[in-house]
Amino acid sequence: MSNVLVVVEQREGKLNRVSFETLRGAQQLAAEMGWTLEAAVLGANPADIAAEIAKTKVAKVYALSCAACEHYTPDAYAAALKQFIESKKPTLVLMPHTYQVRDFAPKLTTALNRTLISDAVGYRQDGNKLVFVRQMFQGKFAADVSFAGEAPYFATFQAGAFRGDQVETGSAPVEAVTLNVDASSIRNKPLEIFKEAKQAVDLTQAEVIVSVGRGIKEQKNIEIVQKLAEALGAEVAASRPICDSGWLPMDRQVGSSGQTVAPKLYLALGISGAIQHIVGMKGSRSIIAINKDAEAPIFEIADIGIVGNLFEIVPPLIEEIKKAKGA
Amino acid sequence: MKQVPQKDAPLKLNESATWIRDDVSYEVNEPDAYALEEALRQKEKHGGEVVVITAGPARAQTVLREGLAKGADRAIHLEDNGFVGLDAFNTAKAFAAAIKDEQFDLIFTGLQSDDYGYAQTGVILAQILGWPHATIIMHIDKTDAGIKVKRELEAGFFQNVDMPLPAVLTIQSGINKLRYATLIGIKQAKNKPLRKVTMDEVKSSLGDNMQKIEKLYIPQKTKKTEMLEGPPAEVAKKLVEKLKNEVRVL
Ligand SMILES: Cc1cc2nc3c(=O)[nH]c(=O)nc-3n(C[C@H](O)[C@H](O)[C@H](O)COP(=O)(O)OP(=O)(O)OC[C@H]3O[C@@H](n4cnc5c(N)ncnc54)[C@H](O)[C@@H]3O)c2cc1C
Ligand SMILES: Nc1ncnc2c1ncn2[C@@H]1O[C@H](COP(=O)(O)O)[C@@H](O)[C@H]1O
Repeated sequence: MSNVLVVVEQREGKLNRVSFETLRGAQQLAAEMGWTLEAAVLGANPADIAAEIAKTKVAKVYALSCAACEHYTPDAYAAALKQFIESKKPTLVLMPHTYQVRDFAPKLTTALNRTLISDAVGYRQDGNKLVFVRQMFQGKFAADVSFAGEAPYFATFQAGAFRGDQVETGSAPVEAVTLNVDASSIRNKPLEIFKEAKQAVDLTQAEVIVSVGRGIKEQKNIEIVQKLAEALGAEVAASRPICDSGWLPMDRQVGSSGQTVAPKLYLALGISGAIQHIVGMKGSRSIIAINKDAEAPIFEIADIGIVGNLFEIVPPLIEEIKKAKGA
Repeated sequence: MKQVPQKDAPLKLNESATWIRDDVSYEVNEPDAYALEEALRQKEKHGGEVVVITAGPARAQTVLREGLAKGADRAIHLEDNGFVGLDAFNTAKAFAAAIKDEQFDLIFTGLQSDDYGYAQTGVILAQILGWPHATIIMHIDKTDAGIKVKRELEAGFFQNVDMPLPAVLTIQSGINKLRYATLIGIKQAKNKPLRKVTMDEVKSSLGDNMQKIEKLYIPQKTKKTEMLEGPPAEVAKKLVEKLKNEVRVL
């Protein structure tokens, strides 16, 4: 009998809710393959989170307690999970593709002499083969990727790959497991978690956002975006590379490492639509994208799309908006 | 430092739909350029030597020359077409084999590649070498016992971490401001040492790939996007109609 193990994410004693998406994906996969599904949570005091996960439809929840895991380090997490996985021998281990998982999962799989299919957006049965679908070349292509060699197999799911709110509920037994990790084997010393000094703009409150990406080409061109925003009464936001280059301040950045916004209108100019950007704005009521590349992934989530050169479209757009407002 | 297709390059699939056709323009993987810049800055502060390394076909030498022109002291090129098809575990194994006689204090990689996007090679390399690692790094300070790094977490949070050396760090874009190569730099780069490593030299350290791309394809569209078409002036008019009547922001 094959089985799937989902390792949910706990950070500083809190469940990361993106774990429910992975659980949902795992429920579907386990049902289709006829496999059993179990879940595990690792931490110094995992009992509360284990109890929360036990309310979903899984066969069992393991509360993995490890004193050395109180504060996250890759050494402690990889060592603890390696012990558990070697004793339980799951066929497939699934995790959400979070920053924390990216930090320890490749170490864990390497220590087990196994491989990790990272950042998958789904899975499929291809004949009798289970393949995972992942984005490549910045989302321009999708790839079906299969495992070679022996189980356990490891995969992580991208945020948004499954609907966490559709996770099936249930009532599962919790098994407490104690894992011993030698504290002296931990080399990194994690210090304080902090935010940068207070942000000057709060994009989360904006009704209308005009957001600019690398399609703007040069710093001096930002001006036309500011003019458009002014005409629309909008806040200006940006993709990460614009802020990395210092063309706009960091607090204008939207995405996984920036702000999460949900305005009435999000107008994306010259933004390709990388997943790290999308997660920060996909909740917008209306998304309009202007991009010269018809295949740009941003069109996958846009309500209205215009394939074209932003430098040709923005000036007449500003004029039309002014006219409409004047009327 | 990895060579990847240029961001704007139109990509086409090869005949077996397992990789892209090779006839595109290439550039340095973005975070890798920041990793090099950070290495140069650390050297300027603390002394030492910066070595750039890549695995890829002959064309990938451009990346190394660029690194040397910006100030790296020497380069290592694992040169073979076969390196393009390795999974992250094997790429890391190849690097580990190629540098076994080196004595680095720090290894920087980008946090992920634009083509594969594994986000794994640096972490795997650390594990193979038995070194500690930290990922998504936005700042590095030398301390008495090693280094203090600033890790990016999600949603605008950061965490400082103290760690010993030697270590592997995966660098995030935006950690610093990139420099341009100077004309003198470009000239000097031609005379800097570049060691080539063949596939044969590292083959005994590699294993079979443990993951395989069955096929590549254009992702299926799931959302119906309403496309506005026409010359710019007309499109602008249509869009303003929508803003007024449907989106209701005018
Ligand atoms: C861990 C991690 C965290 C990240 N966090 C974030 C984040 O918080 N926010 C974020 O945005 N990114 C983030 N990124 C980066 C992200 O992966 C992308 O690299 C980034 O979003 C790309 O920005 P872009 O769309 O502006 O640039 P590109 O991907 O270069 O796209 C530019 C687009 O402009 C179009 N274009 C070019 N010229 C024109 C023209 N004249 N007219 C119209 N269109 C044109 C092109 O067709 C292209 O689609 C993160 C990455 C990682 C790995
Ligand atoms: N073939 C390669 N040549 C040089 N560097 C590489 C190569 N593959 C991966 N890397 C490095 O590892 C990082 C992460 O790549 P990946 O694990 O593919 O996302 C990249 O940013 C590079 O710094």
